[in-house]
Amino acid sequence: MGAHHHGPAKGLSRWLFATNHKDIGTMYLWFSFSMFILGGSFAMVIRAELFQPGMQLVDPLFFNQMTTLHGLIMVFGAIMPSFVGLANWMIPMMIGAPDMALPRMNNWSFWILPPTFLLLASTLFMEGGGPAFGWTFYAPLSTTYAAPSVTFFIFGIHMAGLSSIMGSINIIATVMNMRAPGMTYMKMPMFVWTWLITAFLLVAVMPVLAGAVTMMLMDIHFGTSFFSAAGGGDPVLFQHIFWFFGHPEVYIIILPAFGVVSQIIPAFSRKPLFGYDSMVYATASIALLSFLVWAHHMYTVGMPVAGELFFMYATMLIAVPTGVKVFNWVTTMWRGSMTFETPMLFAIGFLILFTIGGFTGLMLSIAPADFQYHDSYFVVAHFHYVMVAGALFSMTAAVYYWLPKWCGRMYNETMGKTHFWISFISFNVAFFPQHFVGLAGMPRRIPDYALQFADFNMMSSIGAFVYGLSQLLWGYNVISTIVAGKPISDEKVWEGAEGLEWTVATPAPFHTFETPPQVK
Amino acid sequence: MFVKAKRLSALTLSPVLTLMAMLNAGAAKASSVNMPPGVTTVGQTIYGLHMTILWICVIVGLVVFGVMFYSIYHHRKSRGVTASTFHESTKVEIAWTLVPFLILIVVAVPATTTLLDVYDFEDAELDVLITGYQWKWKYEYLDEEGENVQFFSNLRTPQSEIYNTESKGEHYLLEVDEPLVIPVDTKVRFLVTANDVIHAWWVPELAVKKDAIPGFINETWTKANEVGVYRGQCAELCGKDHGFMPIVVNVVSKDEYAEWIGSKQAEAAEIKKLMAQNFSLDELMERGKGVYDRSCAACHGANGEGGLGNAIAKSPIATGPLDGHLEVGINGVPGTAMQAFGGQLNDVDMAAVITYQRNAFGNNMGDLVQPIDVFNHKKG
Ligand code: HEC
Ligand code: HEM
Ligand SMILES: [Cu+2]
Ligand SMILES: [Cu+2]
Repeated sequence: MGAHHHGPAKGLSRWLFATNHKDIGTMYLWFSFSMFILGGSFAMVIRAELFQPGMQLVDPLFFNQMTTLHGLIMVFGAIMPSFVGLANWMIPMMIGAPDMALPRMNNWSFWILPPTFLLLASTLFMEGGGPAFGWTFYAPLSTTYAAPSVTFFIFGIHMAGLSSIMGSINIIATVMNMRAPGMTYMKMPMFVWTWLITAFLLVAVMPVLAGAVTMMLMDIHFGTSFFSAAGGGDPVLFQHIFWFFGHPEVYIIILPAFGVVSQIIPAFSRKPLFGYDSMVYATASIALLSFLVWAHHMYTVGMPVAGELFFMYATMLIAVPTGVKVFNWVTTMWRGSMTFETPMLFAIGFLILFTIGGFTGLMLSIAPADFQYHDSYFVVAHFHYVMVAGALFSMTAAVYYWLPKWCGRMYNETMGKTHFWISFISFNVAFFPQHFVGLAGMPRRIPDYALQFADFNMMSSIGAFVYGLSQLLWGYNVISTIVAGKPISDEKVWEGAEGLEWTVATPAPFHTFETPPQVK
Repeated sequence: MFVKAKRLSALTLSPVLTLMAMLNAGAAKASSVNMPPGVTTVGQTIYGLHMTILWICVIVGLVVFGVMFYSIYHHRKSRGVTASTFHESTKVEIAWTLVPFLILIVVAVPATTTLLDVYDFEDAELDVLITGYQWKWKYEYLDEEGENVQFFSNLRTPQSEIYNTESKGEHYLLEVDEPLVIPVDTKVRFLVTANDVIHAWWVPELAVKKDAIPGFINETWTKANEVGVYRGQCAELCGKDHGFMPIVVNVVSKDEYAEWIGSKQAEAAEIKKLMAQNFSLDELMERGKGVYDRSCAACHGANGEGGLGNAIAKSPIATGPLDGHLEVGINGVPGTAMQAFGGQLNDVDMAAVITYQRNAFGNNMGDLVQPIDVFNHKKG
């Protein structure tokens, strides 16, 4: 490629050899959307089997494969890459940089993903079936007792982890080195801040996950006994390692979502974000605390009581900075001049439902009470409120918010609002009743259940089907906007939107900020 | 405007109030919407803790959402308001960092005392060893009066109910062939472990959930203050039939318990005696049919015609050398649904069921297996 290129390459090579942050961002977003559909269809299988008591559609082993792959694909294939895609698109444009700092590595970290998830999905067709040990893959169910396909699963986790690490190194390098003159750290948009912190979390914990799966690999193929008591190892060791990764991981998922909401709520309140500094500090303290709370997922493994107390107090503490964030968002809305376009609706949906998920998180942090909640549907409800209504609603809001900038066309507002209302209602129909059945004693990860749980499960399945179907409306709205939406040319698509990304032309040209802007 | 705001808050309040009413109504008996307070003091304390924190969340939620909805209603552009520009207030920020912190301390105190209570294993009057197997539980009584009493507890719900060819019974999936029996008003210590993968022993009404980890022994305890039947399930994903390994605990009066453990012990002593005995073909066939119907028919068919497992009628193993047949019965076929029954059936029952398989369903082998043969095979 010469020094003089103005537009994208033609045909397939534009995508295969892409180094442009916008192209790579677009690929990430479409990839994660396709994973969202795949993981979502597995969820539909799960909810269809749970529609009524009794086994109707699948056998229990296949059911376990569905729950496992659903979780893995949603976490590693849908939510994480979607936010990396968003980071690719937005971070350079928000900090006034021409591109990401490491564009070739950027290409590589994306292109690892499709083969990885193809491999992971293909385990379903292997002898003995795919992974069936839950997305938390506790040993020894995932080692001595796993199907042979577990080796491919381990390889897949390594590859996904590699992609994440490269993606985060790129983000760190970009944010630290490529900010426009005058863009000090404390002037960066919240989305950039949250991603910077998230990227550090990722670099810190993905290698830990890689360590865990490598130890599994050794146990399975090379005769070690890291996780087997018979050889002097300890199955609980696995859980410590997994959750040392796993708890920061849940913040890796939610922090960029916080960032998005911190952009959108001020824009539609036409008022600056309340308490910007405290938002930054709260995010940083959440990230630091997240390294100290992992064993709250393990209250029932038989830790010494001192350990239980430590992890209980630390976990309760995390609610404080989380609360600060919620209060700040609400106060940003206070005495603003609000309008309720689709991105704002999804941001408010996020705010309400994420707060509910935070409340149940607080309940779960109380160790003695968690003896009752743990591994029940109550936990399933909790993490869907934070992951679906939290991370995913925020992602949805982001797409509606920036899509007009990306493609220079306006989406259909009525369809967008319809999408919101159906999603909001059906999400609650699907997941609110799960609190009840969980408290009443229904364990998670079971393909069939006792009769007293029947009504709420049927309700939950109906809600889930509607939620699942309504996401196709989203896809339709996005695609029809891209091909035939109403063209717009205002640089600033939304009246109240602030930030450098709204100073470039609409649609955003292939190259932006080739000469850096001056930030006052 | 005031009226409208009131109406608005009534609107947001009403679902919450209905919900709370539902929760409270449910609290009296085993509820289908809330945590059961259960029949132990610890459980009731935990329930109280749960309700406290739930109410705190509801109140904080009402305040936060109240402010938010007020703002959504009044501070909208369509009402012609212009946005103010304030965006900072250190005082407010400090306040809403400190207040939640203080609330948390108020919750942390009872949480800590309850936790210490749960961890107080002293002075147990009865010890029971619980072992999780894929996919059943084994109970062993460890003190003197229960010496030698041990048994497996399997799901009793028939496949026909699970696969919808018969209507489901009242305790569908929450019924076992032999429940754990413990006395009321007695501190029972459970030692929990597992034989293969991790399981978790959970009975909500006893407020006990403890992971069963292979190679390690966890402690927990309960003291039920009401006679009754309490049901639970395995709570940790343990493979294919994780959803099908229920727990049933029968809490009985102390007298009833003494009687039950006495009879169990007599039974155990009887088996011990039988082990040394030689049986006739008829005796073995009769006993073997009982064992077969209970433990094997689900997979091999009532008439040996096969199903999930292969047919026993004319089976090359059941009509082949005795040793091979004993091997399959005792050690199972690894990697298949044919599990090792050697640890689950006593030697008498094993001898009987192997004899039965070799001489029923048209397999007229004519040979018979004595308990001593099983014993010798196990010794290798
Ligand atoms: C959970 C289902 C299940 C139960 C219960 C079960 N089996 Fe099996 N059994 C199987 C399966 C599956 C096979 C086939 C294993 C293989 O693939 O070699 C089998 C095979 C056998 C065979 C070898 C048959 C042949 O010709 O290959 C014998 C003998 C046998 N079982 C005995 C028993 C006895 C005795 C019991 C009861 C104490 C029992 N089984 C209970 C599933 C079961
Ligand atoms: C106020 C903040 C939060 C607190 C105090 C909290 C607390 C907890 C606790 C104690 C558990 C363990 C429950 C159990 O297994 O018994 C848990 C589970 C979980 N949480 Fe949170 N949480 C919070 C926020 C979040 C966020 C933001 C996410 C992700 C976006 C999240 C995702 C999850 C997931 C995925 C699980 C289940 C893991 C599993 O067992 O599969 N949580 N949470
Ligand atoms: Cu956690
Ligand atoms: Cu289990």
